[in-house]
Amino acid sequence: MNKAFPIIIVLIGLLIVWYAAAIGMNAQWQNDVYRRAGTTDVPMTQFVQDTWNQEKPVLPTMHQVMGELWNTTVLVAPNKPRSLLFHAWVTFSATALGFLMGSVLGIALAVLIVHSEAMNRSLMPWIVASQTIPILALAPLIVVIGFNIFTGTLGIPTDPARLMSKAIISAYLSFFPVAVGMVKGLRSPEAIQLDLMHTYNASPSQTFWKLRWPASVPYLFTSLKVGVAASLVGAIVGELPTGAVAGLGARLLAGSYYSQTVQIWSALFAASILAAILVISVGLVEKLVARQMGARPA
Amino acid sequence: MSQLQYFLALVAGGLCTAGLALSFATPLETGLLLKAFLAVGAFSLIRLWVPLGLWLDGAMAVLGAVAVLTALGVYVPAPAFFWMALISAWLFAWLFVERLSRALAPATRDNAGLGLLIPIVFGVTILVVWEVVTRGANVPQVILPPPSMIWARITSSVPTLLADFQQTFLKAVLIGYALGCGLGFVVAILIDRSPFFKSGLLPLGNFVSALPIVGVAPIMVMWFGFDWQSKAAVVVIMTFFPMLVNTVAGLNAASSIERDLMRTYAASYWQTLLKLRLPAAAPFIFNALKINSTLALIGAIVAEFFGTPIVGMGFRISTEVGRMNVDMVWAEIAVAAVAGSLFYGVITLIERGVTFWHPSVRGA
Repeated sequence: MNKAFPIIIVLIGLLIVWYAAAIGMNAQWQNDVYRRAGTTDVPMTQFVQDTWNQEKPVLPTMHQVMGELWNTTVLVAPNKPRSLLFHAWVTFSATALGFLMGSVLGIALAVLIVHSEAMNRSLMPWIVASQTIPILALAPLIVVIGFNIFTGTLGIPTDPARLMSKAIISAYLSFFPVAVGMVKGLRSPEAIQLDLMHTYNASPSQTFWKLRWPASVPYLFTSLKVGVAASLVGAIVGELPTGAVAGLGARLLAGSYYSQTVQIWSALFAASILAAILVISVGLVEKLVARQMGARPA
Repeated sequence: MSQLQYFLALVAGGLCTAGLALSFATPLETGLLLKAFLAVGAFSLIRLWVPLGLWLDGAMAVLGAVAVLTALGVYVPAPAFFWMALISAWLFAWLFVERLSRALAPATRDNAGLGLLIPIVFGVTILVVWEVVTRGANVPQVILPPPSMIWARITSSVPTLLADFQQTFLKAVLIGYALGCGLGFVVAILIDRSPFFKSGLLPLGNFVSALPIVGVAPIMVMWFGFDWQSKAAVVVIMTFFPMLVNTVAGLNAASSIERDLMRTYAASYWQTLLKLRLPAAAPFIFNALKINSTLALIGAIVAEFFGTPIVGMGFRISTEVGRMNVDMVWAEIAVAAVAGSLFYGVITLIERGVTFWHPSVRGA
């Protein structure tokens, strides 16, 4: 409770700033509306009310965004394209697939790097360098070209092809934190522990499964949390370029084409909620695994 | 030589021998360099009796790369022994890297130059294989253009690339980066004085860093118009929170014993801040600066997908993808990659100068 109090105060402060800003930013449009309607001498309370409830406001208010979220999730069947749950599911499936591919790739790279000095020296600088490159710039290329390859050469139907090309971007974004974290984790056993395995005459694979792998689990989950957030960003950006009709990113783009600000904000909130759910569920799995491995609750 | 190295050497030599035998089917005077490489490669099998130095393997890899590159287009379609030569050149490069890193392993420190050679060999290998496979196997250039074609595109459209670079990097990224990092820094120093705000804002800052912030791009484009200001605004939002969180963490990095010392000197708040806490926070601040250098470029490019004037890297990428001018897209990506890496490198250099006392810098 003590911890939550300052956060709640700050959140309330943000909310007040938000509503105050909405009055200022929507005022001009509201004045134009009054002028065109010929109404004068609008009472202040009425004016404030109106700025908070415009149809296409410059800054929508909290209750408008929440109302839109409510209308597009609870009141619409989840299999309709009108439903935000439908779009969130599309984005989630690309995120999950990409996250899975990226994590497996990251772990595999880390295992190779830890076991081979040549791999370490040739791959590691490039893995780090690959992150200074704005990878998301590749997104339109991967989505469009990948989609064409999947549907044309490989003959995959359009929906899975679209999913795959988005998942590739997600995987690309999420492999890096996992690879770096796992290299650290797999190297975390100390020399004395490795020596003990040596005295047991343990084979390299035994050392790996009984010492290095368990030792790397905390590092793995820390980097998985970063990776899953990155995957979501990848999936959303993957939905921006041409052709995407479903997903939170497509929803953002459509909202920006038609100036549907409330729709943009609700998609943004949905994406944030999805991110929170993903990170929290990785955290839950971490706790379960830790308990399975016999860790004592801290 | 280890088991893996023997294996690599045997396969490389064996492939060369097989390729040489196959190449007798073609007229003798075509692809002389390629055949010479295959012959030397086959001859390298004498290492079973006479040990060969690792630099010979490096020379073989270079010879193989040159031979394969010059033989491009000599045979249409490329015959089997051409691919065998490519694979064995690659194996020689691998063998070279394997032996070099084995030789370097005990003495890491004084071989910085040679240590740098290994990633370079890896990168050049990738480029050569990319070039040879795309041109040798006639991969449609829409899917993957060869590096030489991308390079030709870069050199032939310098003015366009320069204009895009100016619009996206010099205006949106640098201005947004400076504003976002500066703002994060100032806010961190302000809230550092109040434990209440710190405990209220920090969890939020940590939470926000997990959110897909690039999504605010359409809102910013609506508020600030199509020009670079809206992109800079996205960059400000993306860079603000990492800077805030890291600076606050860094300001707490000075240990209490050091702070007590400042107190015994009767140092004022500002003296303590400037002489103790900010220097101690420098590694954290530079960490945020490095993270932000990548984020800023990503934010600016993605924001341009939502609407721009007809210039800018993100704009160029999205339109040229639509027109299937893939070499132009790759040229933009190459520029972005070089710009991003240089940006990162400059910050790392400054970090080394400023935090010269930190173990992570002294050790390297």
